[in-house]
Amino acid sequence: MTAARSSTAVRSAPSDNTSARLRERLTALRGGPDVPSRPMDARALAALAANPGCDRRALLDGAGVDKGALATALGAPAAFGQSQFAFVRGNAFEARVKAEGGAELIRLLCARTGETPPEAGQVSVPDLTADGPAGRTARTGIALREAPVGGWTLLDHPMLSLRIAGSPAWLEPDAVAVHPDGSWSVVEIKSFPILDGGADPAKVGAAARQAAVYALALEECLAEPPPDMPTEPDAPRAVRDSALLVCPVDFSNLPTSALIDLRKQRAATRRQLSRLTRVSEIAERVPEGTSFDPTGQSAMQLSASVDTVPAAYAPECLASCELAFHCRSQARATGAVTTLGRAVRGELGGLTTVETVLAAANDTGHETPDGAESAESAGSGDTGGSTEPNTEVGGEDQRADPAAAALRRAASLRAEALRQGPSTVTAPTPADETPGAGEACR
Amino acid sequence: MSLIVTLARMEALASGRSQPLATVRHRHLSERPMVFVPLTTAGEAGAPLGALLGTDRAEPRLLVVPQPRNRDLRFAFLAELAARLLPHLESALDDVEHEQHGDEESELCADAPQLLVPNQPGVEFVRLLGRSMRFRRTAQDDPDAPHPVPTQVPLLGRWLTHYGERSRVPGSALLLSMTELLGRHWATGQSQLEDQHLGALLGWVAASDRDVEARDPAGQLRWPPAGPATDPAFDNHLLAPAVERYDADVPGAERQVRELIAGQLRPAWEDMWDGVELLRALPEGRRVGERWKRDRYSYTHHRDRVRAGEPPQPRRDDAVTAAAKLASREQAQARLDAQEALDDPLAMAARRLTGEAFAGEVVEVTPAWSEGKRPRPRPLVTVRSTDLPYLAVGGRAHRELPDGGRQSAELAAAPESGLFLLRLVSGMGRGKEPAPGSVPAAGDRVCWTLFEHSPRGGPGLPDPEDTPWTHGGPPVLGGEADSEASGGTGTTGGAEPHGRRLPAAREAAATDPAAGQADTAPDRVTTEDYL
Repeated sequence: MTAARSSTAVRSAPSDNTSARLRERLTALRGGPDVPSRPMDARALAALAANPGCDRRALLDGAGVDKGALATALGAPAAFGQSQFAFVRGNAFEARVKAEGGAELIRLLCARTGETPPEAGQVSVPDLTADGPAGRTARTGIALREAPVGGWTLLDHPMLSLRIAGSPAWLEPDAVAVHPDGSWSVVEIKSFPILDGGADPAKVGAAARQAAVYALALEECLAEPPPDMPTEPDAPRAVRDSALLVCPVDFSNLPTSALIDLRKQRAATRRQLSRLTRVSEIAERVPEGTSFDPTGQSAMQLSASVDTVPAAYAPECLASCELAFHCRSQARATGAVTTLGRAVRGELGGLTTVETVLAAANDTGHETPDGAESAESAGSGDTGGSTEPNTEVGGEDQRADPAAAALRRAASLRAEALRQGPSTVTAPTPADETPGAGEACR
Repeated sequence: MSLIVTLARMEALASGRSQPLATVRHRHLSERPMVFVPLTTAGEAGAPLGALLGTDRAEPRLLVVPQPRNRDLRFAFLAELAARLLPHLESALDDVEHEQHGDEESELCADAPQLLVPNQPGVEFVRLLGRSMRFRRTAQDDPDAPHPVPTQVPLLGRWLTHYGERSRVPGSALLLSMTELLGRHWATGQSQLEDQHLGALLGWVAASDRDVEARDPAGQLRWPPAGPATDPAFDNHLLAPAVERYDADVPGAERQVRELIAGQLRPAWEDMWDGVELLRALPEGRRVGERWKRDRYSYTHHRDRVRAGEPPQPRRDDAVTAAAKLASREQAQARLDAQEALDDPLAMAARRLTGEAFAGEVVEVTPAWSEGKRPRPRPLVTVRSTDLPYLAVGGRAHRELPDGGRQSAELAAAPESGLFLLRLVSGMGRGKEPAPGSVPAAGDRVCWTLFEHSPRGGPGLPDPEDTPWTHGGPPVLGGEADSEASGGTGTTGGAEPHGRRLPAAREAAATDPAAGQADTAPDRVTTEDYL
């Protein structure tokens, strides 16, 4: 079933001609063939899916631009980094989990899938070393197919490729296990704990999105056998729907595991990645001669180059995109309402800048429901109990923007409340309710 | 976020400083709160790095773990933390009042100690500390236990667990985060995500000009985050080398680590107290005391459980407990929403905007009575309002009387847009004539709400014994260990989660014999539990 679906995983590759032209174009944007392309890792791909509307990010990532260096050159360096304490622990934990020739890891997997764990030393761990990412990917593809049916195989740090917008991205999962039935499982090793059977949902979600990208790459590997392996051996290969998440249990360094269902994440990521093909459209709109190479350009020139691609900034970007500080300062400069959060946009209809929102809220040209006073003149007198009939539902306001009308109401209610100050009714009788013993929280 | 809050944020952004979101303080603030600013080690679960705590701004107490991977140093930290925190948490145990409920008299602690942390992750860290400490074994529990801890450590674990759990009840104030407190009362011109940084949030509220993202030439943040996570640049360039020197027994290395950690904590400490002062300047909402009384009950109940020798809180709530907690939190949320609106015209404005309340002027009052043997007053009040409540004829509205009582009315008719003809149906005393002051006069300003002022939960949940097994009770499943685990806490076997759990781990609880053991067993100890 997975195999059948995998044919749609990547949109039919554009014809060689267009794809070569796009690659050329992206290389030029990166600053020429001498500037190394920054590979998209699974984390970046998963983060991309978090803000699919951002053209800037799609193009920069698609072109393999080093966004960190770019942000630094723009004067808004990203604040990412990993503490070496976390790094050391993560590596130590992974080494521990993969000890004994992968037997421990396969045991964890079997405990979840109900399969019989192999005898000691019965897990084959093929050597995947090869030159360059393409070589390693080919090696991985062969190892995945050569894995003997009926036995367990563990690929330690295999290399997979995923074609994104015409160019390959190299991905390195923690491990891929080949089951005795020939199917493949993604294994993610993380160092956040599973405490009393539960883990931080945000971290589990991120791990699932990352694993979904690996699963997609495995699907692609399944669909395109390596050239030097013309015929598929008769083993029924398939990518499993769930990945194994391995984490420390409670406060210890002992591993525990859980299966995470990838079907939903995989479908979502697949859709986002297929939309990335529009990178070529975005690249078309960028003027010829534009380059995002920080060397040899002033911050001003760079900023102008970056500005040729529109961004869709939201505060969530701060957690995942190196360019977020730059985009934020731009969004602030233009007064975009999304600097306050994505949800804000929903209530404001077509009003996209703070200035227009405030203008609409304080618009004295319209009769506000609370009389002609606007929030501007708050404090000049009590206008409560206006005798104006409600114009809100009348014919006059039907032409008006409902968001603006709601804003005017909000502004007048807010101004009225601020004038009024704390309510001054006598304290309520405390006997009206008695806190029951049952609701006291344990 | 309601439109009124959005608007306030825009105004804050335009004016460059925060705008009020409340005209009163909606949370209880203790005279002497315990401010607790913890730091944790990156990548480790529940490995504290240090903390600054105290009830006096001038005298913070600094606790530091110079090598977080050393178990003995961590345990020493926890023991010292217990020695500092427990006296505060136990300071109000014996000062009690007596409350009369019908025939029953119950004890109620006159006050409850309050714990303040910088932000929501800080609250979570308190929960995590509680979880990591409450199952620790002392030498008295088990003379053979590896790494026994002082008796205070598991006790503090139970208190912190209780405080952490209580903080999930809307409107509670035993454990509060400063970002949440400030964010409830002021709107900043940044997103809620950025408001999680206490320094940034306070920059808006205290109108001090600070760039919390600025770094010095060495790459260090000029305004370190308020924990519990540290900045990776600090870890990598300052802390790690200092810890290495400590490991190498370099003289003075421990003092250096302490200074580094104090330097990270100090700005947050000052911010915490600045925040306390800002909040103190707001008058307390009228119903805050009533909610604080519930907190005092919660504190008293926990005291009683500890004194009765009950085992620590289980790792996971069983289904019955979880359902009861959820129901009570939902009720607390509804109550909080109603009380905040009644205490604060700004909160009421948000409800009026959404059509859940309306305010206006009384234009006409017509005396009327109900029919029947003993006619009761049912005066008709016409209110003119420009609000747009979602109220249909026959619908109920409620208002607060000037003496604090409550009055309900039903909408008799809406003769024209903006006019509401209400029939008062309660709150007018027992006589034939309405009690004085209970019927508004023409020209009065009145505010009616469509929501109940003291919402009650749905029908109560059945007792655990009467709960069908499909819903977690009664305790028939599991082995002897399960029934033991139930102890005096009223828990039953067949644990079901109420938080998010991984399905596989749930299976493990059913199949793994170790998971079926008493839910209060100590955590597994490995020779090198940290890496």
